[in-house]
Amino acid sequence: MAQPAETVQGSKPKSGSAWWVEPYLTVLALGLFGVYSLWLVFFQHTGQFHNYLSPFFSPTESWGIKVLPALWVLWVPLLFRATCYYYRKEIYRGFFHDPMACGIPESRRKFYFGETRFPFIWTNLHRWFWYLALIVLIFLWIDAIKAFIFPNGFGVGLGSIIMLVNVLLLTAYSFTCHAFRHLIGGGSQKFSCADGSPTTRYKLWNKVSYWNERHGLFAWVSMFSVWFTDVYIRLLIYGVIHPVRFF
Amino acid sequence: MPEEITLSVFRGDRSGGQEQEYKIPATTGMVVLDALHYIQAHDAPDLAVRWNCKAAHCGSCSAEINGSGKLLCKTRVDDYVGEVIHVRPMHTFPVIKDLVTDVSWNYEKLRQIPAFQPAAKAPFTLQQRDVDRIQEFRDCIECFLCQNVCHVLREHNAKDAYWGPRMMIRIAELEMHPFDTGDRIDLLKGAAGVGYCNITKCCTVVCPQGINITDNGIIPLKERVADKYFDPLGGLVRKMHK
Amino acid sequence: MSDNMESHAYDILVIGSGGAGLRAAIAAAEAGATVAVLGKSLLGKAHTVMAEGGVAASLGNLDPADGWETHFYDTMRSGHFINNYKTVEVFAKEAPERVLELEYWGAVFDRTPEGKIMQRPFGAHTFRRLCHVGDRTGKELIRTLEQKIFTVNVDVFQEITATKLFTDNGRVAGAIAYYREDGHFALFSAKAVVIATGGWGKSYKVTSNSWESTGDGAALAFEAGAELIDMEMVQFHPTGMVWPPGVRGVLVTEGVRGEGGLLRNSEGERFMEKYDPQRMELSSRDVVSRSIYKEVQAGRGTPHGGAWLDITHRGPAYIKRKLPGMYEQFMALADVDITKTKFEVGPTIHYTMGGLKVDPLSCATNVPGLFAAGECAAGLHGANRLGGNSLSDILVFGKRAGDGAVEFVKGHEGTPKIDDSEVQAEIDRVLRPFSSENGENPYALHEQLQEIMATHAGISRTGPDLEQGLQKLLELKERARNMAVPGSRVFNPGWHTVQDVHNMITLCEAIIRGAIERKESRGAQWRLDHPDELEEYGKINFVHKLEDGEVKTYTSPVPEMPAELKELFNLGAAPGIAKSGKKE
Ligand SMILES: Cc1cc2nc3c(=O)[nH]c(=O)nc-3n(C[C@H](O)[C@H](O)[C@H](O)COP(=O)(O)OP(=O)(O)OC[C@H]3O[C@@H](n4cnc5c(N)ncnc54)[C@H](O)[C@@H]3O)c2cc1C
Ligand code: SF4
Ligand code: SF4
Ligand code: FES
Ligand code: FES
Repeated sequence: MAQPAETVQGSKPKSGSAWWVEPYLTVLALGLFGVYSLWLVFFQHTGQFHNYLSPFFSPTESWGIKVLPALWVLWVPLLFRATCYYYRKEIYRGFFHDPMACGIPESRRKFYFGETRFPFIWTNLHRWFWYLALIVLIFLWIDAIKAFIFPNGFGVGLGSIIMLVNVLLLTAYSFTCHAFRHLIGGGSQKFSCADGSPTTRYKLWNKVSYWNERHGLFAWVSMFSVWFTDVYIRLLIYGVIHPVRFF
Repeated sequence: MPEEITLSVFRGDRSGGQEQEYKIPATTGMVVLDALHYIQAHDAPDLAVRWNCKAAHCGSCSAEINGSGKLLCKTRVDDYVGEVIHVRPMHTFPVIKDLVTDVSWNYEKLRQIPAFQPAAKAPFTLQQRDVDRIQEFRDCIECFLCQNVCHVLREHNAKDAYWGPRMMIRIAELEMHPFDTGDRIDLLKGAAGVGYCNITKCCTVVCPQGINITDNGIIPLKERVADKYFDPLGGLVRKMHK
Repeated sequence: MSDNMESHAYDILVIGSGGAGLRAAIAAAEAGATVAVLGKSLLGKAHTVMAEGGVAASLGNLDPADGWETHFYDTMRSGHFINNYKTVEVFAKEAPERVLELEYWGAVFDRTPEGKIMQRPFGAHTFRRLCHVGDRTGKELIRTLEQKIFTVNVDVFQEITATKLFTDNGRVAGAIAYYREDGHFALFSAKAVVIATGGWGKSYKVTSNSWESTGDGAALAFEAGAELIDMEMVQFHPTGMVWPPGVRGVLVTEGVRGEGGLLRNSEGERFMEKYDPQRMELSSRDVVSRSIYKEVQAGRGTPHGGAWLDITHRGPAYIKRKLPGMYEQFMALADVDITKTKFEVGPTIHYTMGGLKVDPLSCATNVPGLFAAGECAAGLHGANRLGGNSLSDILVFGKRAGDGAVEFVKGHEGTPKIDDSEVQAEIDRVLRPFSSENGENPYALHEQLQEIMATHAGISRTGPDLEQGLQKLLELKERARNMAVPGSRVFNPGWHTVQDVHNMITLCEAIIRGAIERKESRGAQWRLDHPDELEEYGKINFVHKLEDGEVKTYTSPVPEMPAELKELFNLGAAPGIAKSGKKE
């Protein structure tokens, strides 16, 4: 790979356009989220407020395994997202400048191995984290349902709604995943039955493909919703705000 | 539209060169290729530019306009009102002269991709839905703008490790053909180097044909590699399923 | 000899890497010959890549009544019966096989609900016959052949221009070419040569053709002693873009009218009612072109001298689905949204029906060892080409030319020799523009040539006009002997244009001479002073030969159809019509 650059013509950075805004915003958003998560891991012990549970601390049951409560499951969504095809793009661009934006000269030129070696070869395991994330998702659904069950029976509070929206967005994010799109049907070579009708896998793949185009959007929105859900519950725990019940 | 526009065009060859300014009268609907032809006819008959169809069909006229990969015949000069239009050859390939670069490496790689291996004699029975995916990739005009912008080739010059996005969608098109019996997964993981792509999507952004190279081509290929090399369980399940 | 000239030897040299050239090379290589293919541009970018509508073959996927007889019938009729019936017969019979072969090589056509290759209707084809991929069929075709070429033993030389054919005792011996990249020469000796260099639409200003269409191969072969035929037949496509100036001539596919587009003049009148009330907008290309022209002449043209084409009544969704390329083309290049407004169109030079006279079966010219196929050869289309017939032409006769060349090599022992002094003379000739004093600017000459052809041998012609054009052309030919270019041999477009201009002038002379001789109107040839189609001219083709440097024009009889083929035209309708229950 260490060929000398053959070109003599040089290249011209893009004029006008603010190509650096996007990678910096990515770094800012992901950085803040990371710092916030660390703060949770080291300085917070619970995410429970009555029947509301912060997604960072779910599930609460640890079957005797002793780790910091927020760390117990956090690594699953973290690795799931870190190996997500969409976040990979944002991370490589924002943090590694590989490249920062299209056609922009990179700061580091040597030693590029892409995803062929450690550490990034791990991204190939994305589908495994998808399987694990699915398990976590099941717990989050249970939490969301519990959020509607108050001591005096069924009810709806602001927290219940927030938790429901959050888990819906997480579901949307997980099921628009590229690996899922492949597993559900993209991997098959033929989409039609012998009689010319579409296969089930085709129908599923086609639907997933439609929503998959919005995967990046779900990635961001679901990240912020997780964040927001925790902030809301944490403020309740600290008594800064008071719970709102609709009925 | 201003009466007169300014183009700053790279003039040079293998040994180097620099941009030179030309002022020419603009006409309605003029594309950058027209402007270059005007320069050829009036100021510099030996200005080298590769083109063919002048209808965005052949993919000959790739170059960089103000830093972005473009087809010269499809880029209007009035997209750059009030700006100097800098026209430079593709950066990733060695320049031959002025705007013409040596893209022969791409043809070498195209030749190395194992061809279509049909499972039966034509005519095939194929539904439109079976070929939609492939037709997206076959819309490629081989302009090599994606190869030019791909940072693996452009910044790291890793041409011996990674074949680039154009080759990836060519392989994808074959792998997804219902009648193809070939297996190019080892090639992908090995010599063709799909692992070098870090799905940062510049190829998709630049493609004049609007082909969704990354999401529909490269990512599915990476998943196919994962099927074979990183998912023994899934492989087993699929085997039993068959 | 010259500084750093390369030398190559092959069994078969194919000049031209469009559809015809690639198909010929594949055929020859599969028969075991050593083959080289030359092209002026990069592989897969030849003019063929621009074809949009489709490739005509009577597969009968949608209309089972279709068959070779009907395709034969349609092609002869639209050629006004001066085509070579044998050529047409071979063509109509073999086109389906050639198209299916493409599918076998990896081409991916649009599909019918039954999973077969989709076929679309086109002007003057009785049945739905054009296999296609959206509006980019030519690309699919050339890409498939490019990918096939990689799997057979063919050496491809890209961006190289052949400038002369050599003969040895009358038999073709090879060619010399120069690399466009740096101007160094390469000599190719070969036992047989296939010419597949396409047409010469670039001799006209307003054209849908790519820059490559300068007729090099036809001119080279002509200079080597081959005969040209039907040169007066130059097709105008009725709908090219007319505004803005930069895109004047760019094709607006026949598909727009196929999908229901209406032609109107500046007064809003659907003028085709006057000229062809039956077929209206879908009349044959020569008729629609002439109608638009007449409207403009009568002062009923659009602001930029064309007619209005209007498809808005189809609604945005339909238009974007059926004509994505056209929508995009007008949006990007003309700022016109064809889903919302009508747009201007006018006739544009599209195809050259004439060309090298070849044997219908082997594609051999009259020069031993020299073969020709594709747009540069003639005989199939007669006085007017049917849309979609060219892509099947290049497949059918590309293969036949390749096979023919291999047969020839098998039947003729030995390798012809190329004379060194001839090679040196040619190199000197090609390099002369660099040392020429006060030479003409090749770009300016090209423009003047286009001017002459447009005014004197355009869509409407008269005897005196043509004669005047010939005089101007001969003057231009004189001036073109001394062209000059600055700069070096490294990728120098000015120098490349010198060769092109030379070749186009040679062919244009034959166009004008043929048009002068054909004192009638037939197909693409429209003589205002001889407005009728005359029986006696239906029996002859005009043939041109180079004798002592002079273009000489002769007549040759149109081959007469045997009784069983003649019978096809006495059925009262196209063959297959009765079976299909369709009205013609
Ligand atoms: C816009 C457009 C749309 C069309 N649509 C259709 C359609 O829908 N259906 C249809 O049937 N037909 C269509 N046609 C016509 C058809 O595309 C052409 O007639 C056909 O492709 C000609 O193919 P060819 O192989 O003969 O030559 P070309 O494709 O023209 O190839 C000529 C080759 O010869 C090479 N060459 C030329 N001179 C030299 C030289 N001196 N030395 C070395 N190489 C040389 C060139 O580089 C090129 O590779 C269309 C044409 C145009 C312009
Ligand atoms: S997505 Fe991959 S192939 Fe495309 S430009 Fe980025 S690294 Fe290159
Ligand atoms: S994929 Fe797109 S950008 Fe790349 S060569 Fe093909 S048309 Fe050009
Ligand atoms: S690709 Fe984003 S979650 Fe799988
Ligand atoms: S000249 Fe063909 S794509 Fe621009």
